[in-house]
Amino acid sequence: MQETPEGVAEGRPRAAVVRDALGVGVAVGLSGFAFGVTAAGAGISTLQACVLSLLVFTGASQFALVGALAAGGNPFTAAAGAFFLGTRNAFYGLRLSQLLKLPRPVRPLAAHWVIDETTAVALAQPDRKSARLGFTVTGLTLYALWNLTTLLGALGAEAIGDTRAWGLDAAGPAVFLALLAPMLKTSTERAVAALALVLGLGFLPVLPAGVPVLIAALAAPVVLWMKGRRP
Amino acid sequence: MTVWIAIGLTVVGCYAVKLAGLLVPAGALERPLVRRLAALLPVALLAALTAQQTFSTGSALVVDARAAGLAAAGLALLLRAPFLVVVAAAVVVTAGVRALGG
Repeated sequence: MQETPEGVAEGRPRAAVVRDALGVGVAVGLSGFAFGVTAAGAGISTLQACVLSLLVFTGASQFALVGALAAGGNPFTAAAGAFFLGTRNAFYGLRLSQLLKLPRPVRPLAAHWVIDETTAVALAQPDRKSARLGFTVTGLTLYALWNLTTLLGALGAEAIGDTRAWGLDAAGPAVFLALLAPMLKTSTERAVAALALVLGLGFLPVLPAGVPVLIAALAAPVVLWMKGRRP
Repeated sequence: MTVWIAIGLTVVGCYAVKLAGLLVPAGALERPLVRRLAALLPVALLAALTAQQTFSTGSALVVDARAAGLAAAGLALLLRAPFLVVVAAAVVVTAGVRALGG
């Protein structure tokens, strides 16, 4: 994510901001369909899938929760994985609260829309007005489409029949990979990813579902600690 | 019931961290170590989840059509394809490999 450039006096044209925001909102919002289908394939009811999209509204956490439940994880480890994935949103919120300077009463509402995509669009804007517009339009489009397509996906999963035959079980990992790829900028990030991959797969056959992914999360402090020790 | 417990915990937890970011005074989460860790935690989780959901069925490690699908998604990412195209590539290639009996 780029810092907003300093010293830009003129705001961007509203149309340009709205166009960017709509592009991101529509593309990602439509992938709620993949979530709906994945949830149904994992044995989650349509109501439960819709509640997740309405009230959790952070895709990676939703996919992780559904994946963990499908793998037979207990509710606490499944929710813990989803929660840890959601912690990055707290740091987005920190950046956004300085950038958007939202009035206090609006914050509890705006908080629900603090996710990867709204943050990316807001931070890409040169001034507060454009950032607020970008955040709102991205949030609104993505929220509306994500929930609509979750419902359609969950309902459609039955009509589709065997979701595996349609390759839809590959949607979840592909979403994770698409979110992960831009984060792999330095050797530290790549080392964390590699260690997490080894830990996640290595412990999978021997520990209860959901636990290996929490152990894999330890790759982050371990790599930081090893880097700190290096002269 | 198990599923509803997991959903309830996730709803509360995920909303709490979103709100915390907007309400917490800057500085509280601004310590360099906390920031580094918060940036690296999603990397670790996403890498582990990608690997697990591609190469496992239950608690068994397997290599099947999903591996080809993920490779296609990786290629699409290298070609800077949009988000939806990346996901679609994985789905289509996985379905294709299965249709061919892979």
